Amino acid sequence: MDDENRLLLSGDEAIALAARHAGVALGAGYPGTPSTEILEHFARLGGRAQWSPNEKVALEVAIGAAFGGARAMATMKHVGLNVASDPLFTVAYTGVAGALVIVSADDPGMHSSQNEQDNRRYAVAAGVPMLEPSDSQEAYDFMRAAIEISERWKTPVLLRATTRVCHSYSVVRPGPRRDTPNAASFVRDLPGRVMVPGHARPAHRRLRQKLSEMAEWNEDCALNRLVPGGPSLGIIASGISFMHAREAAPQASVLKLGFTHPLPMRKIAAFAAGVQSCVVIEEGDPYLADAIRAAGIAVGAKPEMYRFGELDVARVRRILRGDISPESAPPPGKPPQLCEACSYRVVFESLRRQNCIVAGDIGCYTLGALKPFEAMDSCVCMGASLGVGLGLRHVLPPDQACRVVSVIGDSTFVHSGISGLVEMAYNPPPNGHVVIILDNATTAMTGHQEHPGTGRNLSHEPAAKLVLEDMARACGIRRVQVIEPRSGSDAFDHALAEALKSRQLAVIIARRPCILIARQLKEYEQRDSEQPRPCHENGEPCPAAV
Amino acid sequence: MKTENPARPPCNIVVAGLGGQGVLAATDIIAEVALRAGFDVKKSEIKGMSQRGGSVSCDIRFGAHILSPMVPAGEADFLLALEAAQLEPNRHLLRPGGVTIEPSAIDAGRLPQKKMLNVALLGALSARLPLAEPDWLEAVGAAFAPKFFEENRRAFLLGRASQENHD
Repeated sequence: MDDENRLLLSGDEAIALAARHAGVALGAGYPGTPSTEILEHFARLGGRAQWSPNEKVALEVAIGAAFGGARAMATMKHVGLNVASDPLFTVAYTGVAGALVIVSADDPGMHSSQNEQDNRRYAVAAGVPMLEPSDSQEAYDFMRAAIEISERWKTPVLLRATTRVCHSYSVVRPGPRRDTPNAASFVRDLPGRVMVPGHARPAHRRLRQKLSEMAEWNEDCALNRLVPGGPSLGIIASGISFMHAREAAPQASVLKLGFTHPLPMRKIAAFAAGVQSCVVIEEGDPYLADAIRAAGIAVGAKPEMYRFGELDVARVRRILRGDISPESAPPPGKPPQLCEACSYRVVFESLRRQNCIVAGDIGCYTLGALKPFEAMDSCVCMGASLGVGLGLRHVLPPDQACRVVSVIGDSTFVHSGISGLVEMAYNPPPNGHVVIILDNATTAMTGHQEHPGTGRNLSHEPAAKLVLEDMARACGIRRVQVIEPRSGSDAFDHALAEALKSRQLAVIIARRPCILIARQLKEYEQRDSEQPRPCHENGEPCPAAV
Repeated sequence: MKTENPARPPCNIVVAGLGGQGVLAATDIIAEVALRAGFDVKKSEIKGMSQRGGSVSCDIRFGAHILSPMVPAGEADFLLALEAAQLEPNRHLLRPGGVTIEPSAIDAGRLPQKKMLNVALLGALSARLPLAEPDWLEAVGAAFAPKFFEENRRAFLLGRASQENHD
């Protein structure tokens, strides 16, 4: 056994290592469980990685890099791809000059997400090829393969992983080959890159042609493999479901699909014909089962109850037995809560005391919806607190409307709250509105990543800083206050009461660094005070600071 | 360890605790030692909420060939709880005859530092696993700052000695 070359890596780390070995020139993304560690690890390995304000910008930056002939990746959690879906659908038409891999980390069972959407649907909807790894070795191998497929067909590729692939560790033997990609260089291609209707119509036809060529190529592709077994039961599986299925039914023949869009239907038909009964084992939506049945191939599929939550070995055994009896719920663990010393506690106590109707958002502070505060009335998606709060203000009777407050975190505000603030100034509700930006100087929930408002980049080095109060004023909000929420002080409570009473458009920035990073922040400040600061304009040291 | 019977089922371990107690550090060490012994290893963790004081658990499996990264309910050989209250919510994961290792196994008064409970419990677990003591100590050493090694070594051996008369 070659022990020298065995690494125990998470799926995320394996994707990062493969990107490094493939010569990926740029990785961009926005933090989101379970995808966050990909870019962090890529940066640790010496790759050029950056947090963008949101996933749409991240994908657009990666598209630009790939238009320039480089190899690029964009990483995000499943709901992040909703934000990035606008560029996704059209870059499928334009294609790329270099390589572009979009990593979507889905979260079946919602360990840390607001929904459990199945992003395999995006591959079909946008018309992009999709690979699904089932462990860290495949995460490594499939990332390398995704780059090759992207360059071969000049198409973006979706690498779709899930929590149990991203956050499970398994043994990886990296490939010996290190790629040296072509140098980036711009080649003008107006009809290929400028998607006006006259160019987009033929581009759509080219896309469908590519997809049919890829489907043909996929029939003999090594990313799909057959695990021989007995003739009675055949299982078709992809991703982590493959591992559960192999363990649940060791005697079954298994067709393991790695390249899952466009599907190799002839290979699937031949497999199904060679076994007495054939069943699809997949987590989430019945994506494979629906597609295979639509192609006229008779296969069994899981009962509807197994669409919900993750699969595991026990649930796959139940599916194979046809067991649809109710499942026993696992005993409840201890729910998470806002840290004892979290300054957000002061804010939620105040919101509760003043009987506010709170349009909430995504982050640590969503825990304000739980006991003992129960001071949040909605949480939809990143940035929704602004629009939802405004909509409530517009239609509710005045006694209710005047109690509506939008609450959003600093990183989430930069992600997609700014346009909500523009909306607020442009279409003000009759009795004003109050927005609270909870600024703890980090993206706390996902593990303390930087964002444009922290003034540090992904590697915690100094960068241009977006000043939230300046941003709010630039959007046209006149009443902007910055307050440090401290327990024992009624300053925040007072400011909130005054803002509500004013019936103006108000932004209150509750600013206090997350207690979990207080020590690190001191270290960064110390380090930065000893180094010349880079100038915002050109990245050179400012003459004044040297 | 490489002469292990390949048909032997995997060794399944679940480590449970609360955010901040060192669940992930403990499981990193187990996985590292099993990897050094030449086994196939998989480890699955759920850590999205781990810093907010909620329940954290981590599955580790090692053997000749591991498939699912998650320990199936009712098939855990060991349940290691860093906090006694996390035992019951996870007990359904244990197989009949499976072993629990909990804080009461350790004489807390003899721990060099209170926060080294996780290392002491690893010591207790180690007494029941086919993995070599020097590999354990090396992995413990690599997981923490060198200045804590001597104290961690004592915590580990305290835990290991606590299981001397098992079975």
